[in-house]
Amino acid sequence: MLSIKLAYKNLIGAGLRTWLNVFVLSLAFVIIIWHKGMLDGWDHQAKSDMIAWECGGGQYWNDKYDPNDLFTLEESHGILPQTLKELETKKEATSILISQGSIYPEGRMQSVLLKGIDPDQQILDIPSTKLKTAGSEIQVLIGEYMAKTNRLKKGDVFSMRWRTSNGAFDAADAVVAGIFKTNVPTVDAAQLWLPIETLRQMLDMPDESTILVTRQISENHPEAKGWKFQNLSILLSDVDKMIQAKSISGSILWLILMMLAMLAIFDTQVLSIFRRQKEIGTCIALGMTKGQVIRLFTIEGAMHSIFAMIVALLWGTPLLYLQAVKGITMPGDKNTYGITIADVLYPSYSLGLVASTCIIVFITTAIVSYLPSRKIAGMNPTEAIRGKIK
Amino acid sequence: MKALIILLILTPFLAFSQYPDGKDLLAKIDRNMSSTSRVFTSKMIIHGRRSSRTIESKTWSQGDKKAFTEYLSPAREKGNKMLKLEEQLWIYSPSTDRTISISGHMLRQSVMGSDMSYEDMMEDPKLLNHYNAKVIAEETIDGRPCWVLRLDAFDPSMAYQLRKIWVDKQHYIPLKEELYASGGKLLKKTTLSDIRNIQGRWFPMKIVFKDMLKEGEGTEFIIEEIRFDENIPEYIFSKASLKK
Repeated sequence: MLSIKLAYKNLIGAGLRTWLNVFVLSLAFVIIIWHKGMLDGWDHQAKSDMIAWECGGGQYWNDKYDPNDLFTLEESHGILPQTLKELETKKEATSILISQGSIYPEGRMQSVLLKGIDPDQQILDIPSTKLKTAGSEIQVLIGEYMAKTNRLKKGDVFSMRWRTSNGAFDAADAVVAGIFKTNVPTVDAAQLWLPIETLRQMLDMPDESTILVTRQISENHPEAKGWKFQNLSILLSDVDKMIQAKSISGSILWLILMMLAMLAIFDTQVLSIFRRQKEIGTCIALGMTKGQVIRLFTIEGAMHSIFAMIVALLWGTPLLYLQAVKGITMPGDKNTYGITIADVLYPSYSLGLVASTCIIVFITTAIVSYLPSRKIAGMNPTEAIRGKIK
Repeated sequence: MKALIILLILTPFLAFSQYPDGKDLLAKIDRNMSSTSRVFTSKMIIHGRRSSRTIESKTWSQGDKKAFTEYLSPAREKGNKMLKLEEQLWIYSPSTDRTISISGHMLRQSVMGSDMSYEDMMEDPKLLNHYNAKVIAEETIDGRPCWVLRLDAFDPSMAYQLRKIWVDKQHYIPLKEELYASGGKLLKKTTLSDIRNIQGRWFPMKIVFKDMLKEGEGTEFIIEEIRFDENIPEYIFSKASLKK
């Protein structure tokens, strides 16, 4: 307790030197928490969006389906087994049929994925009810990015070409029934959503599906021959990998900030020990052991981090709170990134994040403070009192 | 009066009976256009929206099952090779020293942004084996009288389920062709010209392919030299020849 009181008085007594160190350390604190909060917020938003727009509560894939290999689309479709059909009847799941095709807006050819979806489905956020519009042309729904890249707007008519299940070419005119806004590029870029029954007729694949998306809260995932269930941890693994990669690159920033702060602490400690030799010698002469003096200096150094936490709390809290409420607008055309990211990112700060950052910074500061203090162990008290450096 | 009515009823049938049999006509076209094998050098001019590209190549083909093409120019494409065996196609690029394989419907994709598909470029199918043919009219193209032949595929896997061919009455060679989607939409138009007699058969040395859904002037396919019924060594149609 005496050491803590002494350390506190010494730090306050050092004045500006202490506060400069404390400010630099508080800067590191706030930036580390902000950066981690950004990644956590992005992770949370991206996963929520993907669940709402694409993944649902998990998906059944036709055994031959591989979303990373377009060549598999030719063969990866089939009639759902009875167990899965029942899920669809109970509105616990919705079928999606996927095929390749080409569209010709203004005479330009663009390869697209044709995705058939039930207009009455309520599993995904895709506004499929817009596909119910009557008309002689095929009604299609596209995302904002797809509309922008192909210069399409609602009501535009364009030619569409596809191949039937036999491989024969077929073509017809399609009309944009609606344009939706989403943060999930995998349901937007180069994709055309149309009524599943229309697509089944076009491809000559009656009752067939490529994937079956289950309801978000559903935990009913029966086994089905020829179909494999993909749970959310599989479907969202790309987001996890991306956040992990970003965390690694973010840790470089973390490392630089910490090094700067720790360098300041280390430097202060070395200077303190050099300038306060007489004080160290006196303390030992008065009966303190070398270990107690080392502890005093280590506590002094480590106390910087406690002060930094308080200072960071004072100026960082309103700043981080403001960002958590207002969010951070992503610059440029975020759709070109090809990853799920919202227009406005809201950082997410958890108690665990703040506590873990505090503990890490405190321990690191304590270690950095201890290292130069070890020099005290080698001091001769009488020499120290005379101010002679060994 | 009765005789007049009968004559009026029969007139279309009488006119129709003057048309040659579609199958015979198709057999004559196949005799000109198809061969057991052929070796040719060609120039493909792809007219884009802003500029045109020319690609020269040499092709060896045997029926509609085996074909091998090597690009000769431009420098960027030189050395690229394609091998087609049955329904499988391998493309080799010397710059990456890699061979990629495509199959099935992908063979019906456009070659290098042109209006031709891999099938169009490398295959030599006998139409008689895939289509029912019927002569439906007579027309004149560039001053040459033609039969208009309608082909309906009996093979559901044919890329184009309906074709219309304008056949030169004298040389039994198509001068124009229209390719339709199953639903009846016109997808592609080809115009054949520069008809020459080569090894006793009439053959078009210039074909213009036009994807009717796409803007642009289409793709010209000019045959510079062609030899029919050549004895092609079997090693040409092997994967080993891709890297040679």
